[in-house]
Amino acid sequence: MKFVEIVKKTNIDFIGLRNKAFILSLVLVVLGCIGFVMVSLGKANLSVDFTGGTQLQVKFSEKVSIGELRGALTESGLSDVQIQEISGTNEFLIKTKMVDTEKEKVQDIIGKDIAANLKDKKFEIIGSNMVGSTVGRALKKDAIIALVIALVCIIIYIAWRFTFIFGIAATIATFHDVLTMLGIFYIFNMEMNILFITALLTIAGYSLTDTVVVFDRIRENMAKMKAKSDLATVINFSINEVLSRTLITSLTTAVTIGAILFLGGEVLFDFAFALFIGVLVGTYSSVFIASPLVFIWRRQIR
Amino acid sequence: MLKSLKLRFILVLIFLVISVIFCLPNVFEPQGTLKKYLPSDKIHLGLDLKGGMHLLLELDTVKLMQNMIDRKFGALKDAMIRDGVRFLALDRHDGTLSVSVRPEQKDKLYNLIGKEFPDLKAGGSKAEGDTLRLSFILPDKEIIGIKENAVRQALETIRNRIDQFGVTEPVIVQQGENQILVQLPGVKDPQRALELIGKTAQLEFKLVDEDNITRFQGGSVPEGSEVLTMRSRNRETGIYTTTPMLLKRQAMLTGELLTDAKVKIGGEFNNEPYVAIEFDGEGARIFDKITAENVGKRLAIILDNTVYSAPVIKERISGGKASITGGFSMEEAKDLAIVLRAGALPAPVKVIQNITIGPTLGQDSIRKGVQAALLGAILVIFFMIYYYRFSGVIADIALFLNLLYLLGAFTALKATMTLPGIAGIILTMGMGVDSNVLIFERIREELRLGKTVRAAVDAGFAKAWVTIFDSHITTLITTFILFTFGTGPIKGFAVTLSIGVVINLFTAVFGSKAIFDWVIMKLKPRSLSI
Repeated sequence: MKFVEIVKKTNIDFIGLRNKAFILSLVLVVLGCIGFVMVSLGKANLSVDFTGGTQLQVKFSEKVSIGELRGALTESGLSDVQIQEISGTNEFLIKTKMVDTEKEKVQDIIGKDIAANLKDKKFEIIGSNMVGSTVGRALKKDAIIALVIALVCIIIYIAWRFTFIFGIAATIATFHDVLTMLGIFYIFNMEMNILFITALLTIAGYSLTDTVVVFDRIRENMAKMKAKSDLATVINFSINEVLSRTLITSLTTAVTIGAILFLGGEVLFDFAFALFIGVLVGTYSSVFIASPLVFIWRRQIR
Repeated sequence: MLKSLKLRFILVLIFLVISVIFCLPNVFEPQGTLKKYLPSDKIHLGLDLKGGMHLLLELDTVKLMQNMIDRKFGALKDAMIRDGVRFLALDRHDGTLSVSVRPEQKDKLYNLIGKEFPDLKAGGSKAEGDTLRLSFILPDKEIIGIKENAVRQALETIRNRIDQFGVTEPVIVQQGENQILVQLPGVKDPQRALELIGKTAQLEFKLVDEDNITRFQGGSVPEGSEVLTMRSRNRETGIYTTTPMLLKRQAMLTGELLTDAKVKIGGEFNNEPYVAIEFDGEGARIFDKITAENVGKRLAIILDNTVYSAPVIKERISGGKASITGGFSMEEAKDLAIVLRAGALPAPVKVIQNITIGPTLGQDSIRKGVQAALLGAILVIFFMIYYYRFSGVIADIALFLNLLYLLGAFTALKATMTLPGIAGIILTMGMGVDSNVLIFERIREELRLGKTVRAAVDAGFAKAWVTIFDSHITTLITTFILFTFGTGPIKGFAVTLSIGVVINLFTAVFGSKAIFDWVIMKLKPRSLSI
């Protein structure tokens, strides 16, 4: 029987590559830790969802599409604004992180930008208000508590189905992925909003699934090849065996997210970008981080 | 084999029919007799996808401070009487309390204030003949604290009310100093929502002042009493009438000590809804005392300064249970129970803005996003067919079933769809593809070992099942915890993902396997297109 294959039978020495992978990952994780500290200190590019800011109400004298308005603001470098249409009118609510200072008022800044880029439209700013953050402190705290408990439960489950070492390795790989995403967003100074949090959770789920699949094969082969081969051979053999599955799954997921990334427009770009990075890192970590970690620990115990 | 295969197909089919029925309202509106038998709920879209109601409320801080001073006034009066501080006059004026005492009572009064009213500051004294007029004020710092607290409390109360009203994923934020911004997705009856959110819901029990009824009819209101209107409904015509009623100013009991409020039907007037309320231990004790001391008198039940009913106390009532009647409709009674349970607002609120807003994401972004996602899905569908040939078609059918089940479940559960929810769907679909890939790769491995088609398919499914099960359960654990501890968008994400994971387990293993088995049984192929 013939099959269509993207990878033929491979025999890559993944365990042998572990030191190179660890160095790369160390850099990524350190970056992520810096990002995390900066987020905790409030110094990262957090969205208006977290920081609160100013809400303006703008009234146009004629019909203006939300896309035109967003375009006008983006042109002036104001990309992290939230725009909502007020139904049945030519009015918009614009939410931004900026707050009035003694020197300049937010409505003057935004007003100037609209006037500069939508020259032929008449408008008026009819309201300006300070707004609080939609994501309260409670939500941040809840999210962290939820994550910690989730991780503990997953370690317990994997420890029960596999062994404790597998559970720890899977969790570290997941942390690695989440931190990498955080670090990359921090370095590129991309805006972190509620959707970014969702992306982090999505990738945590994805990465975990991916890791469990690889582990599953290692477990199976460990039982089968117990006496005959050493651990490195078993792990390498297992990863190579599931490699085509790993690549196909990542490929299909990346294609879907890639479509949103390139065609989804600027509002969804950051979200899709986070998912895209996450899928790549999630795939990488189950092969190059989670499995070698199991190898190192197992070897030391013996 | 045949029997169980039939059963499996029937099961897949039953779920399919149920899902399609629930999905129907999203695409067409049933007419005529069909309307009665089909569900009518569409998928609720969140603020980010559809927009909704946008309310700006302002807390009446003047009234708030008035209430505050009133409360201090009452408490100070009680405390002075209790501690034997003899005072000649006590009055309140614009945030200032003044007490007139003989000079020898001064130290005693200052002691009392220092001990029990540390937030009151002495604001000077003035000698008037042989009495001293001492004034006390709330310092600015204290006032700011009270206002901040009140806004926070109002925010919490409104959040509670909206939660209980059943609107999911609202936005509730403080705006400026004393304003609250509320955004609600998909509200069917905006007027009702507005009333529910904006009601102060100050519940009070006051005695009807029957001793002075003749003086009241003569046109004067005695000291310590007040006039409120009583609302009553003519049970035959349904028309509301209001009549003035003279009450003792002092509230005997307020809604603060309430623990529960439920809608019940029946009682005195058949099939009329009323609200049954329950007090905590202290409330029950006070209620018991009031009713014991005032048998034969009328006790008025007042909500936001309107008397709803004023029944005669027939006997002492212990146990802390009471009911509020007042010719309510079912809806009114339900909303009243909600506001009583959620608690009162610290002061009345005024609606300054009530508009309908478009989606947070913007219509343009949503359209682009949907197009892009569709393109992505089509690419994946073709890839599966290209890579796995005939088996790819089966995988695509399973994915399609998956999506249909998911949408059906979503509509049936009345969950709110938001972008995080859609991220959950994408992840589920990814996991769905993954399950099929896992199974097919396994089957290929078995075929390479030279097994027959049937043996390879059976072994492939059996071995892949272990993996799929483990990976899905880990995800399920995560979603369960995110659901329990998360709030807002995180919860929405967890709901979609957990529904998706369960459905995925079913279709990937049950649905695809049934199709494979059927093909193998019918066609008895020598080779498999995979």
